[in-house]
Amino acid sequence: MENLRDRRALFSAFLFVPLMGPILFSVMTTLVVDRAVGEAKETLRLPVIGAEFAPNLMRFFTENGAEIVRIELDVNAARNAVHNGQENLVLVVPAKIGADFKNGESAPVELISDSSNSKAQRYVSRAHGLLDAYGHKLSVLRLLARGIDPTLISPINVRVVDVATPSGRALILLGTLTYYLLFSLLLGGMYLAIDSTAGERERGSLESLLCLPVTRTQLVLGKIAATALFMLMALSLTLTALVIGMRFLPLEKLGMASNFSPLIALKIAAIMVPMAIFGAALLFVVGSFTRSYREAQTWLGAVLAIPTLPILFASIANVRSTTLLMTVPSLSQHLIATNLLRGDAIEPLHIATSIAATLIAGGVLLWIATRLYQREKLLG
Amino acid sequence: MIVVEQLAKDFGAVRALHDVSFAARDGRITGLLGSNGAGKSTTLRIVSTVLRAQNGRAVVDGHDCALEPLTVRRVLGVLPHASGLYPHLTARENIRYYGQLHGFDRDTIEHRIDEWSARLDMNEIMQRRTQGFSHGQKLKVSLARALIHAPRNIILDEPTSGLDVAATRALRDVIRGLKEDGCCVLFSSHIMQEVSALCDDIVIIAHGRVVTSGSPDEILASTGASNLEDAFMRAQANYLGSAVTS
Repeated sequence: MENLRDRRALFSAFLFVPLMGPILFSVMTTLVVDRAVGEAKETLRLPVIGAEFAPNLMRFFTENGAEIVRIELDVNAARNAVHNGQENLVLVVPAKIGADFKNGESAPVELISDSSNSKAQRYVSRAHGLLDAYGHKLSVLRLLARGIDPTLISPINVRVVDVATPSGRALILLGTLTYYLLFSLLLGGMYLAIDSTAGERERGSLESLLCLPVTRTQLVLGKIAATALFMLMALSLTLTALVIGMRFLPLEKLGMASNFSPLIALKIAAIMVPMAIFGAALLFVVGSFTRSYREAQTWLGAVLAIPTLPILFASIANVRSTTLLMTVPSLSQHLIATNLLRGDAIEPLHIATSIAATLIAGGVLLWIATRLYQREKLLG
Repeated sequence: MIVVEQLAKDFGAVRALHDVSFAARDGRITGLLGSNGAGKSTTLRIVSTVLRAQNGRAVVDGHDCALEPLTVRRVLGVLPHASGLYPHLTARENIRYYGQLHGFDRDTIEHRIDEWSARLDMNEIMQRRTQGFSHGQKLKVSLARALIHAPRNIILDEPTSGLDVAATRALRDVIRGLKEDGCCVLFSSHIMQEVSALCDDIVIIAHGRVVTSGSPDEILASTGASNLEDAFMRAQANYLGSAVTS
């Protein structure tokens, strides 16, 4: 209805959000993937006191990708160094370890670590794992030396089997994606929603509009329709950018596959159409209460967070789709879009419920919006 | 023809209009005169169907403003006090947009825009974005926008406030032109010279009531004043005096 009006603000909304988003997303995902791949190859820097007492243990560490750093400190100084964060961990090997090994006794070694230092944890657990492995190797040798079958001391043999499909694993990364899609959808219409409510008031162009031979209901519906249209345009831009961007992501490095095809993108867009109507009506209603552009920006910025709350809840609680959850706008779109990306089958009932519930909620908001515009306080 | 009968209007606890009645006839310029807060804008807003009266009624060309608002809006051109333009659209686009909302076809709209552009002498600004327009330029665009549907009845709420001399003069010529076309022009002002220079009929409002009305000569005669400014002050004082004694 009054679409091409505020061209500059709209260009910034369109270019920045949908296009910058996927670029940022691609860069971040690439970094995460590189880090995950890099960690496995990274050498473990292991400061050791008394390395000379256990040459075999040191060789075992070196063979398994650790770098032994000999340090000359007493135990208290080493504790302080770990406490201050100068070192992530320090291994203390006592002088009598050689004698303990020879006598077949249990040799005490100290692994000094700080459990409040979260970034050191992965080094500590790797060092701990290596120590355990070495200890296991020794115990097997000792049992064999005494003529006992080593399997006797391993009554349970745990094998972890990861059954996640490659695209299922990719989903952990793509989980933020559906959130982002919803966000870009809402943001795409935010400027128009602000402009057609608070902007129209602040500019003083509202009274002139009300003097035109159109009913206020028509006026409100036209404004909301324009907002919803812009939301869908922003969404299509974002989806297009993602379909193209996903091809360049190094997901296969992690053994993941992304099935973000143009067809999936179209299905997601279709699922989001009721959400655009709901979102446009929601932003419009909130915008109608505000008096100035600035006020509207503050409020609508906060409102943008509301549809993302159920998604946050869902990702924490790790919920699966149920018909009941399909009645929640934004959450149902998130779940369906996630399933589409996962490549899972989706129940038609879920889709129908999602569309119906979101449209009903949107309809209620539309009704509220038209009621708001019948008020005389509108002109302030 | 605009007829207003016994309008009353409350805003919360404040009674903005008590009893306002007058008629603005075709082919005449009627001035609504009153100090700030007297109820001029409220009266005009009720006639332009933006507000509803608690009591009484406003009728434009025989159509009740409360019952047939859409019909009234088609025969009425309104230039509200706050009449903002869309800053990112050109002058022509601003006017065209309103023409489209009125439902006219493209040729009619473009033809009328050209007519108004010539009449208001604003050909050179038509293709520019209205951002940064002077007050006078903005007013010309708003006026053309308000009159794009060639209404027979025209309401102007304080059109000359903040205008320079040349622009005020140009606006007066336009208003007189509308009168010669046989339109009914109702405009409000708190500036005496303006009203006396333009109006065929004057309605003086104070505290939500019509204090006196008639042609300038009639008002001078009824108040016994030698000029309109005195008449205005006397009418107001008389009314206040009678309100106090009663």
